[in-house]
Amino acid sequence: MPDFQIKKNPKLYDVCIVGSGAGGGMAAYVLANAGIKVLLLEAGAPYDPAKNVTQLKWPWESPRRGASTTFRPFGDFDASYGGWEIDGEPYTRKNDTKFDWFRSRMVGGRTNHWGRISLRFGPKDFKRKSIDGLGEDWPISYEDVAPYYDKIDKLIGIFGTNENIPNEPDGIFLPPPKPRLHELFVKDSGNSLNIPVIPSRLSILTKSLPDNKNRGACFFCSQCNRGCTVYGDFSSSSVLVNPALQTGNVDIITNAMVREVLVNDKGIATGVSYVNRLDLSEYEVNAKIVILAASAGESARLLLNSKSTRFPTGLANSSGVIGKYLHDSTGVAMGGIIPKLLGRKRYNEDGVGGLHVYTPWWLDNKKLDFPRGYHIEYWGGMGMPSYGFGFGIQNLNGKFLDRNGKTKEAGGYGVSLKDDYRYFYGANVGMAGRGEAVAREENYCEIDPTTVDKFGIPVLRFHYKWSDFEINQAKHMQETFKEIFHNMGAEITWGIKGKDENYGLEAPGRIIHEVGTVRMGNDPKKSALNKFNQAHDCKNLFVVDGGPFVSQADKNPTWTILALSMRASEYIIEELKKQNI
Amino acid sequence: MNRRKYLKTLATGTIATGLLIDACTLPNTPKKEVSNLGGMDRQPEEIEHFNRISAEKYFDANEMNTISSLSDIIIPKDDISGGAIEAKVPDFIEFIVKDKPQYQLPMRGGLKWLDMQCLKLYGKSFSNCGKKQQIEMVEQIAWPLKAKPEMQQGVAFFNLMRDLTATGFFTSEIGIKDIGYVGNKPNQWDGVPQDVLNQYGMKYDEKTLKECVKFDS
Repeated sequence: MPDFQIKKNPKLYDVCIVGSGAGGGMAAYVLANAGIKVLLLEAGAPYDPAKNVTQLKWPWESPRRGASTTFRPFGDFDASYGGWEIDGEPYTRKNDTKFDWFRSRMVGGRTNHWGRISLRFGPKDFKRKSIDGLGEDWPISYEDVAPYYDKIDKLIGIFGTNENIPNEPDGIFLPPPKPRLHELFVKDSGNSLNIPVIPSRLSILTKSLPDNKNRGACFFCSQCNRGCTVYGDFSSSSVLVNPALQTGNVDIITNAMVREVLVNDKGIATGVSYVNRLDLSEYEVNAKIVILAASAGESARLLLNSKSTRFPTGLANSSGVIGKYLHDSTGVAMGGIIPKLLGRKRYNEDGVGGLHVYTPWWLDNKKLDFPRGYHIEYWGGMGMPSYGFGFGIQNLNGKFLDRNGKTKEAGGYGVSLKDDYRYFYGANVGMAGRGEAVAREENYCEIDPTTVDKFGIPVLRFHYKWSDFEINQAKHMQETFKEIFHNMGAEITWGIKGKDENYGLEAPGRIIHEVGTVRMGNDPKKSALNKFNQAHDCKNLFVVDGGPFVSQADKNPTWTILALSMRASEYIIEELKKQNI
Repeated sequence: MNRRKYLKTLATGTIATGLLIDACTLPNTPKKEVSNLGGMDRQPEEIEHFNRISAEKYFDANEMNTISSLSDIIIPKDDISGGAIEAKVPDFIEFIVKDKPQYQLPMRGGLKWLDMQCLKLYGKSFSNCGKKQQIEMVEQIAWPLKAKPEMQQGVAFFNLMRDLTATGFFTSEIGIKDIGYVGNKPNQWDGVPQDVLNQYGMKYDEKTLKECVKFDS
């Protein structure tokens, strides 16, 4: 008996998709609905928000009261399997640089727990090099993508308002929820500083979608990150993968960790090989087309690991760009207390799972010492107490006048302290900037020459440093936040950082918007994919996650991943009809 | 909007699965405090971790006595709600130091520090002191800015003890009711209540009222 066996799947699929997050889910949905036979491979476990429930659980139903664990870094109720560190699946960093890599291992990927902030890229966001000379222009423009944004707005559902702001394109929106109290204060504060504060744009169904009987409307529990049992928000698992499976044209295999893309001697992709994460058995499957949607990091890793005599530097990498131009959003946060909200009246202000208002980028970078913009997200109010509630009261209760207009001694215990927690509850407000970093060749991921994971697959090694552009942008964020806080009468209690801490700029990777590693372009010497997400070097290979991004805008990438994946999938359908692939 | 009407809204035009009905009835169903993982989505490795640390015991009987006394001194029963012991805060602290081992040394060391202070002052451990002596001791470490320099290690321990007690209490069923959090149930967010808007001199402008989601009342 052989001690090692690779099981070969006898079926020839039209398309094999690697990864079931935003990009892979959308590709599966579009292709399956066109009658194409799809195999969907997911490295993680099965997951369905209607079945794998943490929604509407109370804090005491978690023995750790919702605290984070290595299994769930965003808290015990968060709908994410995986995290910053996965047992047996390391990644490394080069030359003491820092990059943190968040991986979800589940059907739907990171769309199960994400913030649902769904911003279109604007016309300028596709042509940044033409504006400031940095980075590269996309090979496509807003007009190429706009019809797909429109289709996605209608298919998936998004609330927001049409504001006619040039680089924040309008969309097909459901009505937004009314602002919460602290959001009204933020809005007033921003307005008087000429900083726009407009309704947020989240993929949450404030009204049910016409003609969609599978999804319920939002019931305002504020818990989108836990996954929604009625599918009232967008996650790839509920909105794309499930309906794709219902067509009967999709087979899904979970716990399938893809090793490499297989190619024949003509340089055509023939399928993939994968290992079952649970029992470590090995498989090969064949498909006429391979679509990678494993995340910017994993897709780059897969291509770099798919070496052959024909592709000695990795598949689709004759340009050498794969892994390079990695960039994540910048992030800076600050928080405080609104004294007039101390001892406030209680009512249910859960709202939707996230902010009801936000600030789009509003300034002209030509007048600033950094080239790209940022948007601002806001939070605060009377949320569900969870692990961490009340921490550090000794830093607060000596600083604000109490119910009797007196200053207390900081710290304490007993009945008086107990009342302080009530008094401070719901008076907090916070804000965070999410900005665009410039994509640079020096920021990259590559195959670590000495390290493999528990499956024997060589792992990624990251090399990433912020430049002065991002640090100056972070400084500007801090100054803006301070103005907004002060102008609304809030006292800042945390988040002010100096130059020595890069003004609070988070480490690369922490915002989980990493993109750019398999970028598209018209020049095969400077890009891995053409403008339809198709590999220059291998015509039946596509990448539809964040990898193809040329630049990232100050927008969250999901809506653009979805739009480009839909566009690439429709292109595939046309090319198949023409028998070009 | 009442629950019946809400259910009706959900049942027309959207899905009305068993799961949804369950979700709607949850807030009205008295729920037992659970110490296991019943009903929550868990991955096998999470269950394995939970079972492993639940089988261990970290604090000894004397340490648990001190934790109990301190927690009830920090959050005692008052006119509004019960105290930390009633809310099972000591059990939470025993669990969380096993779940977050970085707390083990500061907690164990701090408890020992406290016992040694009490031994010097009163000739016995904290848990064997009377309430009056316990409060005397706590007074020395509960006020970070006026505590004596030689009490600073005690202040650091008491800050941690205060944090864990407050979090344990206000995330318990008793504590959630006390703090007045009234969410975590299906509802329709229709903005800040009018009396609250009035209190703060705020209102929704015409544009906001026009563009925001409206509900059939």
